[in-house]
Amino acid sequence: MFELLNYEFMQRAFAAGLLIAVICPLIGTFVVMRRLSMIGDTLSHASLAGIAAGMLGGLYPLWGALIFSLIAAIVIEKLRKRFSHYAELSISIVLSASIGLAVVLISLANSFNADLMSYLFGSIIAVSALDIYIILSLSIVILISVYMFYKEFFYMAFDEEGAELAGMPVSNLNMYFTVLTAMTIVVSMRVVGMMMVSSLMIVPVACSLLISKSFKNTVFLSVIFALVSVVIGLFSSYWFDLAPGGSIVLTSVFILIVILIAKKVLKMQ
Amino acid sequence: MGQEIIRVENITFGYGKAKVLDNVSTGIVDGDFIGIVGPNGSGKSTLLKIFLGLIKPQNGTVRVFDIDIEKFNQWGKIGYIPQKATSFNQGFPATVEEVVSANLYPIIGLAGHIKKAHQEMVDESLQTVGMLEYKKNIIGRLSGGQQQRVFIAKALVSNPRVIFMDEPTVGIDQNSEESFYELMEFLNREKGITLVMVTHDIGAIDSRVNRVLCLFDGKLYENDCEINKASEVFKEAYEKHNSVQIIHRHS
Repeated sequence: MFELLNYEFMQRAFAAGLLIAVICPLIGTFVVMRRLSMIGDTLSHASLAGIAAGMLGGLYPLWGALIFSLIAAIVIEKLRKRFSHYAELSISIVLSASIGLAVVLISLANSFNADLMSYLFGSIIAVSALDIYIILSLSIVILISVYMFYKEFFYMAFDEEGAELAGMPVSNLNMYFTVLTAMTIVVSMRVVGMMMVSSLMIVPVACSLLISKSFKNTVFLSVIFALVSVVIGLFSSYWFDLAPGGSIVLTSVFILIVILIAKKVLKMQ
Repeated sequence: MGQEIIRVENITFGYGKAKVLDNVSTGIVDGDFIGIVGPNGSGKSTLLKIFLGLIKPQNGTVRVFDIDIEKFNQWGKIGYIPQKATSFNQGFPATVEEVVSANLYPIIGLAGHIKKAHQEMVDESLQTVGMLEYKKNIIGRLSGGQQQRVFIAKALVSNPRVIFMDEPTVGIDQNSEESFYELMEFLNREKGITLVMVTHDIGAIDSRVNRVLCLFDGKLYENDCEINKASEVFKEAYEKHNSVQIIHRHS
């Protein structure tokens, strides 16, 4: 059953998959609790524009994705201050701009090809050694950052005004958090695909919200659900020749449905 | 007279042409229990936010512990329970303990971690408000009155010298309100914490506070004589708002 792990590409896919299974829900829990679920979609569309720009300009696409999603993250935070009563509006504006830019760049680069498809839907055979280095180094930065600023991110998610009053540098931390979100998207898009990155940030968190007993517990359970989804998703992707992003996300949705039904059944008893 | 905790001089604040606060000066002294009253839109919350540095007055000076508010950084000394404290996302999966711990920030600092001594501080402040046994409960599943107590514990955990509260009894039942005021008196008298409370409920605070600041038409009235004068206009204004009948302070 595990002979597939003898293949080098599968080892790389699993290494990348397990890293993103930890990082996506880790960042995702804060994103969901701040009611900014759309931010993942926005930043991943910005990454798509970056990938197209990379293909057009001869830059390694993942670097293009990183640069574009970081710029988008900064623009979102700047706009959020302008439209302080409409947090979602800045996200929608950047989403529209990113989709427009992505479409224009893709058509300019004439790059509707298999390579682009692998970024859209994820791929287990496309994860190169360079991808692994990029994914690993960004993952380390994200993990250390969340470890260091866990209590700050928690306070800001629960009560931003209270955090500010306690003397926290809230606007700098907001910017930093959005940058971390952008990095998470780039880390994840190689395996899960740009279309489904934000699902992996959101759905495992939704699962754990149904049963968690504390905030820490929510984070922990979402990581567990994401790990299970990634492992099952990657195996089924290999066996049934499916796009990994789709099978990973569908597994996590399946877990969500099972928990919802189980809760209902337990309530009836 | 104790140390002056906050001193505002000649502050003016308005939205557009309308002046909410017009040349207001006052001070809060260590040990005070102050009620700030006034009709809707009279600038009570605005004044509170100016005390806290959340908004800047267009004119005038604000000094906190004798330091210009722009340079003040010991925010742990100041607690704040906002008007919408209990209107947070009730589905937020945080325990009472996690919520109270959040406000350890002024003590622990950026990127610091919660240690055993900090956890004891959390327990102690929960004990003070009588909520220690609920520390592992999810905050959204508690009653309004219990949540209110958790927010007081959250303010207490950083060992504040003064706590500001904006309409703290809105949305909690009569019994909880009574025990809330008892707790406030305990904090003020036994723990020596200065309290500043914005409220509509003049009747309830009248016998408990040592000073009433009355805001009306952008002006601040304080001593009894002034308040008596102001309360006539004040009463009229309240009646216009179809609000509660004013019971002004008898000294």
